[in-house]
Amino acid sequence: MNALPRQKLVVIGNGMAGMRTVEELLAIAPARYDITVFGAEPHPNYNRIMLSSVLAGEKQVDDIVINTREWYAENAIRLHTGDPVVAIDRAAKTVTSANGLVVPYDKLLLATGSKPLMPPLPGLDLPGVVAFRDIADVDKMLAAAEAKQRAVVIGGGLLGLEAAWGLKRRGMPVALVHLMPTLMERQLDVEAGGLLQKDLTERGLHFFTSGQTEEIMGADEGSARGVKLTDGREIPADLVVVAIGIRPNVDLAKASGLDINRGIEVGDDMATSDPAIYSVGECVEHRGQIFGLVAPIWEQAKVCASRLAGRDDLHYETPPLSTRLKITGIDVFSAGQLAAQDEADEELVYRDSAKGIYKKLVIRADRVVGAVMYGDVADGSWYFQLMREKADVAAIRDRMIFGQAYADTSCKGHGGGVNVAAMSDDTQVCGCNGVSKGAIVKAITEKGLTSLDEVKAHTKASASCGQCASVVQAILSHVTGEVVEAKAAGMCGCTDHSHDEVRKQILAQGLKTQDAVRSALGWRHADGCAKCRPALNYYLLCAWPSEYVDDYQSRFINERVHANIQKDGTYSVVPRMWGGLTTPSELRAIADVADKYEIPTVKVTGGQRIDLLGVKKEDLPAVWADLGRAGLISGHAYSKGLRTVKTCVGSEWCRFGTQDSTGLGVKLEKLMWGSWTPHKVKLAVSGCPRNCAEATIKDIGIVCVEAGYDISVGGNGGIELRGTDHLVRVATEEEVLEYSGAFMQIYREEARYLERTAPWVERVGMDYIKRRVVDDAEGRRAAFARFVFSQKYAQVDPWAERASGAVDAHEFETLAEVG
Amino acid sequence: MQDWIKIGRVEDIPRLGARTVQTPKGDIAVFRTRDDEIFALHNRCPHKGGPLSEGIVSGRVVVCPLHSWTIDLETGEATAPDEGCTRPVDSRVADGQVWLKLEIAKKVAHG
Repeated sequence: MNALPRQKLVVIGNGMAGMRTVEELLAIAPARYDITVFGAEPHPNYNRIMLSSVLAGEKQVDDIVINTREWYAENAIRLHTGDPVVAIDRAAKTVTSANGLVVPYDKLLLATGSKPLMPPLPGLDLPGVVAFRDIADVDKMLAAAEAKQRAVVIGGGLLGLEAAWGLKRRGMPVALVHLMPTLMERQLDVEAGGLLQKDLTERGLHFFTSGQTEEIMGADEGSARGVKLTDGREIPADLVVVAIGIRPNVDLAKASGLDINRGIEVGDDMATSDPAIYSVGECVEHRGQIFGLVAPIWEQAKVCASRLAGRDDLHYETPPLSTRLKITGIDVFSAGQLAAQDEADEELVYRDSAKGIYKKLVIRADRVVGAVMYGDVADGSWYFQLMREKADVAAIRDRMIFGQAYADTSCKGHGGGVNVAAMSDDTQVCGCNGVSKGAIVKAITEKGLTSLDEVKAHTKASASCGQCASVVQAILSHVTGEVVEAKAAGMCGCTDHSHDEVRKQILAQGLKTQDAVRSALGWRHADGCAKCRPALNYYLLCAWPSEYVDDYQSRFINERVHANIQKDGTYSVVPRMWGGLTTPSELRAIADVADKYEIPTVKVTGGQRIDLLGVKKEDLPAVWADLGRAGLISGHAYSKGLRTVKTCVGSEWCRFGTQDSTGLGVKLEKLMWGSWTPHKVKLAVSGCPRNCAEATIKDIGIVCVEAGYDISVGGNGGIELRGTDHLVRVATEEEVLEYSGAFMQIYREEARYLERTAPWVERVGMDYIKRRVVDDAEGRRAAFARFVFSQKYAQVDPWAERASGAVDAHEFETLAEVG
Repeated sequence: MQDWIKIGRVEDIPRLGARTVQTPKGDIAVFRTRDDEIFALHNRCPHKGGPLSEGIVSGRVVVCPLHSWTIDLETGEATAPDEGCTRPVDSRVADGQVWLKLEIAKKVAHG
């Protein structure tokens, strides 16, 4: 055993920088220190960068915890949360906490992070004004969002935009005030900042750029009621989020007499002016620079850990930095210079305004010194790598703006055009967790990893925001020599064309068969594959409803045999019950079928239908024939199509019901049954705002009110729960049918296969949907007419067809029995 | 003893599809490609036993309907990164008839 007594290390600050240093230290010198950690917040160590994802509802607080309390226990680290250190006695080498703990140290690590920058504004201390810094701030914002109040965010940088988007996602109307004329001006040029503002405006955020806040106005009862700008404009708000930046938290260091400028001054060894005290993270200043991004802080942690471990070979040097924005569906990348500084610099620009794509490279003496990208950031890491390596780009200069795939035709790597073979070992692949290519390769070869998930588990690469997943995948493919499926821009491995492009060409070129599509658009495989064939089949069916004949073999098994395959290879069968209504004779027929075919499980589904589970495949036609005799048809519970319309009892029975929600549900189901859609579609109609049919988490939800019908769209209870967005209030049932049918048809025509309405609505924006379905009356009626037309060909009961024995009979019979 | 057994005609199997042959040792899935090549595999995905006969066929692979593993029709091997193999069964076509090399004698044949 170790004969040397352990030294005492005290860490002040339980955040990302401090704990990363401790992790690095444990990796290289696990037995050197007794470690005590003090944290001001009551939580264990969490990933502060992901707070915006918690705010946006994409992650839970538990998901962003980096090290659990068990981890501290396993590593024998004493953790004091909710107990900030209030004094350091450098002469006695002790620290004192707010709770009065006095702990001696041999080495001290200051990782006190930063504080939100607060401008000197009247009204800052009003209730309803928050910063965006920790879990407590997020909790306050979520409480405000729950009450559906209005929010103003002050600050149009990374932090402010992520706060604004998170609150918008939570259902609040959000306005954003930014001092400068364009957003994210420190990371983006005017052009990219403009595209960003346009995209976010279309998603429903309101912007007040060149807007200087004069004061936060208070209401009579004392809480914030709005923001007043110096030009006189007033913006009402119940919640004001101030997110204009951060400044190093140096209070404790200052009080203990360490050298301070803007931050705690540290040398290349991360030591402060007291050699027993180190410091890392947002609280430090190194060679005049302070830090807000995670990548350089990981480097600091590495250097600091090696010094604490008694080594002296590592020196800290600030690496070049790159930035991405964590707003789902908005791709922004920038690194280095944003624009030419003088005549010696050159700019290469690619701009496609219609597609919202913008790329700019700044070149100096044949070297990349800056990159700004918007809309298509796939090559960002490649440009960044060229920048870090100071690579001579003279030979590829005329092609490089189009991306690595065009610039480097010798690259045939699998992985979205990233040449991982040429990447140096110290290239940082995962910015969130600071993982280099070398570390990934080492883990793959030493541990024999074969999947992205394993690489994630062992190295943490791509385990946070996931944007580097395709590069990690490419490295995995390169190292193992196996072609690991990589995320390509195209529909699938058969083509580089995107879903949208394929749909466009089907109409433009009048392509009416799958073979015609594959040959006109240059498919790599004659048959296509299990990914593109169902998609093409759907696109053709949607484009040519009266002409295209469904291709049976391009359907997933559920849609081939019109029942749901279960884990043991049996099937489940769900008869249609219009609006959730049934009759005693239908129930008797279902009971008889369950008895006759020994169906083991009968269950009520989430959509108010009855599910017969465990039916043998060969029994399916006979089961359908028996159900058909009782008047029951397929409920399409297996299809990428309309499934159910859930209802409550409404005005017919309920004492609160305002309209006949059951009757309307039946009408909607009669209108829409049988339709094929990009993904499953579920509807609900509630008779009053008590919303017993849970209409606000459906693809289309109707809530009846005294004045008529509120139609809302884009909800689901899927993997990512999403409430609907309000589309319109109408007065009559006829209007409900027309608006819902039009929405359905536009979804059918424009969404990508396997894209549910929720992500589709988010992708295109509610303003777009409203423009098409509400504002454009003529367009709405035309879309509704197209839907009704295609329904003429779709409303055929597949069960009756197959029960007759005339269709797909071979599917239900074995070819032969042997032995 | 293995023997060649006639199990049906090529056109009994849908192009880019499959049908099954029942044996006392489990089902065999018989696949037909676009070019009328015939392949036979034991009808259990090496992953969780999914019925491969119900998968989507393209080229010379089938994708299992349960969890989308991709299985090579010729070798029965799963495509990387998945690992596993389902046993292939020898097959041949003569005069439009499909023959499988199976251990037991033929008893009944439908269609």
